[in-house]
Amino acid sequence: MAAISREEVAHLARLSRLAVTEEELDTFAGQLDVILQAVAQVGKVAAADIPPTSHSVPLTNVLREDVETPCLTPEEALSGAPDAEQQRFRVPRILNEDLAS
Amino acid sequence: MTTTLPSYDDVVARYEPVIGLETHVELGTRTKMFCGCPTDFGGEPNTRVCPVCLGLPGSLPVANKAAVEATIRIGLALNCSIAQWCRFARKNYFYPDMPKNFQISQYDEPLCVDGYLDVEVNGETVRIGIERVHLEEDTGKTLHVGGATGRIHGATESLVDYNRAGIPLVEIVTKPIPGAGALAPEVARAYVTELRDVIRSLGVSDVRMEEGSLRCDVNTSLNLPGEEWGTRTETKNVNSLRSVERAVRSEMLRQASVLDAGGRITQETRHFHEDTGDTTPGRSKETATDYRYFPEPDLVPLAPDPAWVAELKAALPELPRLRRRRLQQEWGLSDLDMQSVVNAGAVELIEATVAAGASPAAARKWWLGELSRRANETGVELADIGATPAQVAELQRLVDAGKLTDKLARTVLEGVVAGEGSPTEVMTNRNLEVVSDTGALTAAVDEAIAANPDIAEKVRSGKVAAAGALVGAVMKSTRGQADAKSVRELILERLGVQG
Repeated sequence: MAAISREEVAHLARLSRLAVTEEELDTFAGQLDVILQAVAQVGKVAAADIPPTSHSVPLTNVLREDVETPCLTPEEALSGAPDAEQQRFRVPRILNEDLAS
Repeated sequence: MTTTLPSYDDVVARYEPVIGLETHVELGTRTKMFCGCPTDFGGEPNTRVCPVCLGLPGSLPVANKAAVEATIRIGLALNCSIAQWCRFARKNYFYPDMPKNFQISQYDEPLCVDGYLDVEVNGETVRIGIERVHLEEDTGKTLHVGGATGRIHGATESLVDYNRAGIPLVEIVTKPIPGAGALAPEVARAYVTELRDVIRSLGVSDVRMEEGSLRCDVNTSLNLPGEEWGTRTETKNVNSLRSVERAVRSEMLRQASVLDAGGRITQETRHFHEDTGDTTPGRSKETATDYRYFPEPDLVPLAPDPAWVAELKAALPELPRLRRRRLQQEWGLSDLDMQSVVNAGAVELIEATVAAGASPAAARKWWLGELSRRANETGVELADIGATPAQVAELQRLVDAGKLTDKLARTVLEGVVAGEGSPTEVMTNRNLEVVSDTGALTAAVDEAIAANPDIAEKVRSGKVAAAGALVGAVMKSTRGQADAKSVRELILERLGVQG
């Protein structure tokens, strides 16, 4: 059984705003499936005494003091922007409302 | 759209509301959550940004220790357990208010969980369960242009300022609150008010709703007695304490009218409109983005040292509820009187006014009387009315010194609220000081006696009550700027009658 369906790949593409053709969907679904199958092999050997990890280095509490550091100038900040207006990044309108928080 | 809404009393007689609140608090740290950019309010667009908060390739976030500490202190003040180990998570979504295409937040491992906050509603203590307190980063500000209204509909493009992106944001989520019945709107308001006061007492945020450093989303649902909880809606854009109350009430009425008509409530986000007090639908939750949360690989886990947490707990300040009890005793107020002070949002104002030299009774009189009335009329918070505790104390000093009568003091206060200056300045500029010049007052009294010989004769013959008409005449000729009691005494003295 495939680890990821063609529909799931289409869904992910939509969420990522990627225009993926029908042909590409087949290709990517197959490729992603191979990757996920490989990861599943690792999952098989993970026993209950091995906690899942999100970081390869066993560190915690890497924190910085609340001290200011220099910012970019607005010119520098906007230098990589596709477009700018009123010292702001100009982007096409997005129909979704504020999604975060 | 015209729909006839049922009456509120009718709705709460037939339905039971369940509410829940999600509150976002911008922390007052000097720098952002994951980089050293300053956080001060205002500033030219995109002047407080760096590769980290712009999400430029190769940049790496590092968590701000002060923000972690502030979040733990909020959690402790809300009686939460502090996680011994937790992680940040990526919340992935496609919207330009974050330049990275994700927001760093916390998902299934929040820093603080399972607490409560006791609030007072109508003299009763209501315990509000706290589900979680977690730490995340704020988003940038988008300006929609090309449309007529500045709102997103009709806009053709968005202009983004990332100064706010990355400012530490604490999200505080309540457990569902059933059982509040008709008081649900008041409970919601009391909770946000208490939460604001707690956070302010910790000194970790200026918690100003109008500046957006405290933002609130209100969940509301209705169900029939004995049945399961209904489908909830989430109301956003609730920008004042008064709006919290209005938003719950308005959403209860709207949902009842939908249910009464045999309709179903859609799970959706709704927007509150300050001007009309109504909510309108936003995005539908059923089609909401799948955020694909996963542990943030660029940050290592947090594992707060229990000794540090214990230290923070021991150093918590006196929390507002205990402080209110202490002040109630100091001010000699009954439970009911104290409650009205709290409801008016006047605790700190009165405390500061007393500290500035006024008696508790005088401070309470001004804040709960004239100033509360004006705040209600104009729909602003009492603290933003335009008069400061120091000014109120000064006003009372002028009354105590006999320079202002109560009535004149009210007029002076109007001037202060209108921004005409300090009480002394308003009194001088508007020429409102009590006529204490005995010569001028005696002349006014003699004039009144001469103009009303019949009344004067009555008073002379012992009908002291008739003097009232003469007092009135003098008050009129001095445009109310005399002290009525002194005028009365002076009239009796000039007529040779014992008062």
